[in-house]
Amino acid sequence: MRQPTGSAYFMDDAHPPIASHTLAILVDNEPGVLARVIGLFSGRGYNIDSLTVSEVSHEGQLSRITIVTSGPAGVVEQIKTQLDRLVPVHSVVDLTLTGRALERELMLIKARGTGEQRAEALRLAEAFRARVIDATTESFIFEITGKPDKLDQFIVLMAPLGLVEVSRTGVAAIARGPEGMAG
Amino acid sequence: MTPNSSETMTGAEMVVRALKDQGVAHIFGYPGGAVLPIYDALFQNEGPEHVLVRHEQGATHMAEGYARSTGKPGVVLVTSGPGATNAVTGLTDALMDSIPMVCITGQVPTHLIGSDAFQECDTVGITRPCTKHNYLVKDVNDLAQVLHEAFYVATNGRPGPVVVDIPKDVQFATGAYVGPENVVHKTYHPKLKGDADKIRAAVELLAGAKKPILYTGGGVINSGDRATALLRELAEVTGAPVTSTLMGLGCYPASGPQWLGMLGMHGTYEANHAMHDCDVMVCIGARFDDRITGRLDLFSPGSRKIHIDIDPAQINKNVKVEVGVIGDVAHVLEDMLAVWRASNAKLDAEALKDWWQEIDRWRARNCLAYRPSGETIKPQQAIERLYELTKGPNTYITTEVGQHQMWAAQYYKFEEPNRWMTSGGLGTMGYGMPAAVGVQVAHPDALVIDIAGEASIQMCIQELSTAIQYKLPIKIFILNNEYMGMVRQWQQLLHGSRYSNSYSEALPDFVKLAEAYGATGLRCVEPGDLDATIRAMIETPGPVVVDCLVDKMENVTPMIPSGRAHNDMLLGDASEDRIENAISDEGKMLV
Repeated sequence: MRQPTGSAYFMDDAHPPIASHTLAILVDNEPGVLARVIGLFSGRGYNIDSLTVSEVSHEGQLSRITIVTSGPAGVVEQIKTQLDRLVPVHSVVDLTLTGRALERELMLIKARGTGEQRAEALRLAEAFRARVIDATTESFIFEITGKPDKLDQFIVLMAPLGLVEVSRTGVAAIARGPEGMAG
Repeated sequence: MTPNSSETMTGAEMVVRALKDQGVAHIFGYPGGAVLPIYDALFQNEGPEHVLVRHEQGATHMAEGYARSTGKPGVVLVTSGPGATNAVTGLTDALMDSIPMVCITGQVPTHLIGSDAFQECDTVGITRPCTKHNYLVKDVNDLAQVLHEAFYVATNGRPGPVVVDIPKDVQFATGAYVGPENVVHKTYHPKLKGDADKIRAAVELLAGAKKPILYTGGGVINSGDRATALLRELAEVTGAPVTSTLMGLGCYPASGPQWLGMLGMHGTYEANHAMHDCDVMVCIGARFDDRITGRLDLFSPGSRKIHIDIDPAQINKNVKVEVGVIGDVAHVLEDMLAVWRASNAKLDAEALKDWWQEIDRWRARNCLAYRPSGETIKPQQAIERLYELTKGPNTYITTEVGQHQMWAAQYYKFEEPNRWMTSGGLGTMGYGMPAAVGVQVAHPDALVIDIAGEASIQMCIQELSTAIQYKLPIKIFILNNEYMGMVRQWQQLLHGSRYSNSYSEALPDFVKLAEAYGATGLRCVEPGDLDATIRAMIETPGPVVVDCLVDKMENVTPMIPSGRAHNDMLLGDASEDRIENAISDEGKMLV
């Protein structure tokens, strides 16, 4: 069925380019604040590709939420302003737009195998600077930190080498330079 | 902070005290198990006057009517579980229409939360997406602060509803009370003044216009009387035509020479054409809603746009604008007028004259004309007569939702803000009568009329009992066409006149129904009886229900059919054939 034009409900007919953006959101660490943020995304039909949240200041009772989202520039701008007007939100920064952000993610990955397969897994782990944090005679668990695409690549390489299970934290991100995020 | 002994009290007493300290004179509520301590505190302490409703939805709409007609926040008090869920419609309505409201809900005791206790529901979870903000208070020592914060959040920035959920044990517990003066919000500080460079850019753009238009909305009314005065001033110094959304009616007087009438789906021919053909649009406290814009890719294609809004999320949401000014309407207009005067700005008089000539040609279409009949009352005629016989600064109009609402918006003329209460964003049938009760509570001596339809009025009819109890002489003027008229109209235009479930079957006798409640019922059938019935309605003391039987098949026109642009409207004198084929297959999929 062709979607009709002519209503606010069908604004995306032009298919503007979709880009990935990393948003840092400083919020009051209070009950329900995460539900407010993710409820905004589900309620308004925005994407969440990755989400991390943790307290960053115990005295200030502040938490930092990092969300990787994707959408046309106008939609990402909407997401930012919609987040900004939530009452417990202190500030929102689009780290992708500021262009100077570091992104890191931690992954635990389990691989099972013996013989040459096992040796190859270890060699790859070394090349990727993954650490062995658990081992049995027929398995390893690696810990690896890096940009998300490096982790993706490691998973691809481990797939034929007995990949069993993956656990990823999602992206943590911070802007370069001496300035902190405005609170 | 160490509270002195006089500031120690129970949570329930804090609620009453906080309401008093916030200057709340009336609250609308319904008791139940989880709010009994608060009701006890209301009984024992001097506090706001409580209006007992018949259904919690009624309480929320009363609070909305109260708020919209006074500019003060409306306050609701309901119990846990069904009390809270029944309030959800009104909360959503207030969120959509930016109405300041504080809704206090009882909750089961903290140790029972999460146990599926009797009358338990996840109130903060359910109301999170339909409030501006909400709170669950688990410690009595936080309660006073949260209550004051709730009023602050509800009334500052873009107004909206705030829920405070208070478990019963917190109501019983004793703690320290703090007054409103001690409460400063940590994060929420909306920007009132617009950026100076944006204001300069806006003035520059407007001053260079050849075909300007001021597109105003409910934000002007929310901003207060000063905003209304400044808007009228801006209209005067620029000479630009003024139109308004449904929510903004009254911010520019309908008798004003620059008034074009309402715009949008059922707006006037001149307002919509002027929007389409303008070269500079100033959107003031409105949000480019889909009922306003019609087909977006053809919306005012040749104009550059200025958008003034206190809510940054509205700028560039539906329509991209050249200049977005974030700030309170009154503050921004004041600064704009100052810059306008300081720079001796003036519109090109010749161009403006041509623009008005163009507008006059559209006006000459007389788009609100209709053909009166000798036998049946035309709904338009009923509203026109109602207006002529009831107009005045002390008259307040509320509506339900549907055809009658649009006819009221088109044919009732508003000179002042805060006189028109209607459910715009959510479109809630059942809004008007409780809203009228709320308005009458705030303005005991005013003439308050709910213009209703026979279907909508049945959605909150129980509040007639509230009106009787508190001797609130609201007048309910039902345009009875025996159909859910707007549904029927859409079925005619979009679904081959297959009137699926839109006939108001088994209608009550509204005259007897009014009498059963203790009100007065009047019926009007003949066009010749219209004036006498309206006069009787005004003169009869106490609540009156008028059952005005109108033409069953009348449609609301003008109409921008779904999927069409502003300059592509259906008019009332359109032929039958044009109406049947008015909407394309693509348009039929829109709402």
